[in-house]
Amino acid sequence: MKLSRTWAISKKEFFHIYRDPRSLALIILMPALLMLLFGYAITIDVRNVSIAVLDRDRTQESLTFIQRFSASPYFSLHTFVQDEKQITRLIDEGKVKMGLVLPWDFSKVIKAGKTASVQILVDGTDSNTANILLGYVQAVARQYTQEKTFLKVGRMGTQHLILPVDGRTRVWFNEELESKNYFIPGLITVIMSIIGVLLTGQVIVREWEKGTMELLISTPVRKVELMIGKLFPYFIVGLLDMSLTVWMAKQIFEVPLRGSIPLLFLVSSVYILTALGLGMVISTVARTQLLANQMSMIIGFLPTFLLSGFTFSISNMPPWLQAITTVIAPRYHVTIVKMIFLKGLGFSYLWRETLILAAMAVAGLWVATLKFKKELR
Amino acid sequence: MFRRVWYLFVKELIQALRDKRMRITLIIPPLFQLIVFGYAANLDVKHVRTAVRDLDQSVDSRDLIGRFGSSDYFDIVSFPQRPEEVKDLIDREQVLLSIEIPSDFSKKLKKGDTATVQIVVDGTDSNAALIALGYASQILSTYSTNVLVKRLNQAGAVDFEEAGVAIESRVWFNPNLESRLFYVPAVIALVAFLIPIILTAQAVVREREIGTLEQIMVTPIRSWELVVGKTAPFAMLGVLDMIGIALVGVFWFGIPLNGNPLVLFLGAVLFLISSVSVGLFISTISSTQQQAQVATFFFTLPAVNLSGFAFPIESMPDWVQVLTYANPLRYFLVVIRGVFLKGIGLDILWPQMAALALLGGIMILLSSLRFRKRLK
Repeated sequence: MKLSRTWAISKKEFFHIYRDPRSLALIILMPALLMLLFGYAITIDVRNVSIAVLDRDRTQESLTFIQRFSASPYFSLHTFVQDEKQITRLIDEGKVKMGLVLPWDFSKVIKAGKTASVQILVDGTDSNTANILLGYVQAVARQYTQEKTFLKVGRMGTQHLILPVDGRTRVWFNEELESKNYFIPGLITVIMSIIGVLLTGQVIVREWEKGTMELLISTPVRKVELMIGKLFPYFIVGLLDMSLTVWMAKQIFEVPLRGSIPLLFLVSSVYILTALGLGMVISTVARTQLLANQMSMIIGFLPTFLLSGFTFSISNMPPWLQAITTVIAPRYHVTIVKMIFLKGLGFSYLWRETLILAAMAVAGLWVATLKFKKELR
Repeated sequence: MFRRVWYLFVKELIQALRDKRMRITLIIPPLFQLIVFGYAANLDVKHVRTAVRDLDQSVDSRDLIGRFGSSDYFDIVSFPQRPEEVKDLIDREQVLLSIEIPSDFSKKLKKGDTATVQIVVDGTDSNAALIALGYASQILSTYSTNVLVKRLNQAGAVDFEEAGVAIESRVWFNPNLESRLFYVPAVIALVAFLIPIILTAQAVVREREIGTLEQIMVTPIRSWELVVGKTAPFAMLGVLDMIGIALVGVFWFGIPLNGNPLVLFLGAVLFLISSVSVGLFISTISSTQQQAQVATFFFTLPAVNLSGFAFPIESMPDWVQVLTYANPLRYFLVVIRGVFLKGIGLDILWPQMAALALLGGIMILLSSLRFRKRLK
């Protein structure tokens, strides 16, 4: 392998990128746009959920209880209704997600020191939101019950009683429990995959389609030199996009970056090679640019988006699907990026993932070189 | 007149179905999405892997741990000895939650003091952490109340009862809170959205690329006939694909179809007008099939994610929410989930239907005007 020949190929490829305004736009604008779009759109935090209230009691007591909901950031009071049918209607129309029904004897029961039963009607269509809502409601009810019980105990004057068990909870790594901190690091992987596969998916097949491959074949350049020379410019592009997306994650979306930045880039450059390798394989296998494009989008995008653990955690999937995810390279990078960003972990925790990615990169390049025939077809 | 449209219709169908790439587009991506959203898209939180550090080792502490272990929500998988081990377990994602019971737990309980229990949760996956924390506090507070009642009874208050509220919750439409019921109907909508866009854009551009569009121009066909003949077959394929996916959804994944399929059909027809218009529009801005592909990708990606198919619109920032009003998919998702899960009809869904009709009308008008201009 000769460095001068490899470099000549790289230089040519650099000019291709630089002189084609569309590919330049793809490289700079697309990651930024995708980052903005997904960064703002992908959130499953539950906030401002509209609720309807049927207060059959209408006393000071019931009103203060309702205020515990309306005052919290999680709920927003849509309307007071007169009967249960209206709640049904509002939930059917999708105007509220939850109905709260207070019985007519609410304040009487509370004043008597007993337990009033409050009914909650939840729209379960969006199961996750419903689940979180139920958790919030339970928490509000618990707090209220605790206060009322202590008041009652105090009135009984039996003896000084305090809370028997106090749970002190601490949340690590994502203290405010914001879903953006979970999604955005993974988003970096998704964008790198799309860009990497989409760009390199074209490089070999384009030469064939335009007929310039004939010229390249007649030069003394070797297969390996051609592959590496073609890859290098896109590797630089990948690093550039990596820097852009990491910067956006940190500055615009304020995701904490606790780990070492050099480590993040070092490990990610291995992943860039993996993605480029996959693109190279597509490029040597596909006969037309059109097909290469379609393959890149289906292979580069769908599995990365849905099976890498970026949005849906892998441990929740059925075992046979978990087994499939082990061959999906982005899965390992998603883990790495999340770990470095949020947990600030070092290489001793990440070497396994890095090793798998490196093996995949080598395999991809090997297959691409093998598949590539330096002869006319 | 209708004959001409019909001939074109048949020609397009034959052309699309003879192309292997198109046949693949019709089957593989929808099936993939169905499998992923039917099986993989799961935000349920159960069997949280939990570590317990019991420094007290008393009857009381074991009682409390037993309550966690016997619940469906927590699987106790590890008993670390040192605090560093807890950190390591969480770092390596071996456990999501750790419970630490201090050595004076039972002593304080017996004395009538407040005993503390330390709970640490890995917040990385905010959603899972939130739900797990909710379950944990539930168990702790039940335990605490039991102890309190016991203390009061010992103090002489016979049959002490808590004051406060008990929540009686009823979950409608999806009583077991399965993610699948939320996502699978959405896949049907996605298919009705993507298939006609891809097929229409490709069909028109391909004809331009290989030069046969000129041949069609010299036939007596009128431009609106061309528009109908070029879009209707793909709308039809979209409907067929949708019905296929819907059947798999109902019979394989057990998604209930509570409402009237005709309402769904009406919504689908209105919605498909928008889909084919988008496809037609993309064909007017691209001169090669490859460009059409990239344009399709970058149009559908934001449209899908700003529709509420997986990520609730209410949680998005206001300016993003405004954008979603122009998205036909948003309305069709309400229709499809409404008909499948809620079993509601036109009396409630008419605003969505009206929005779909309006958007469809505007979009077909704009794209056919542009299409005609491009022909000249």
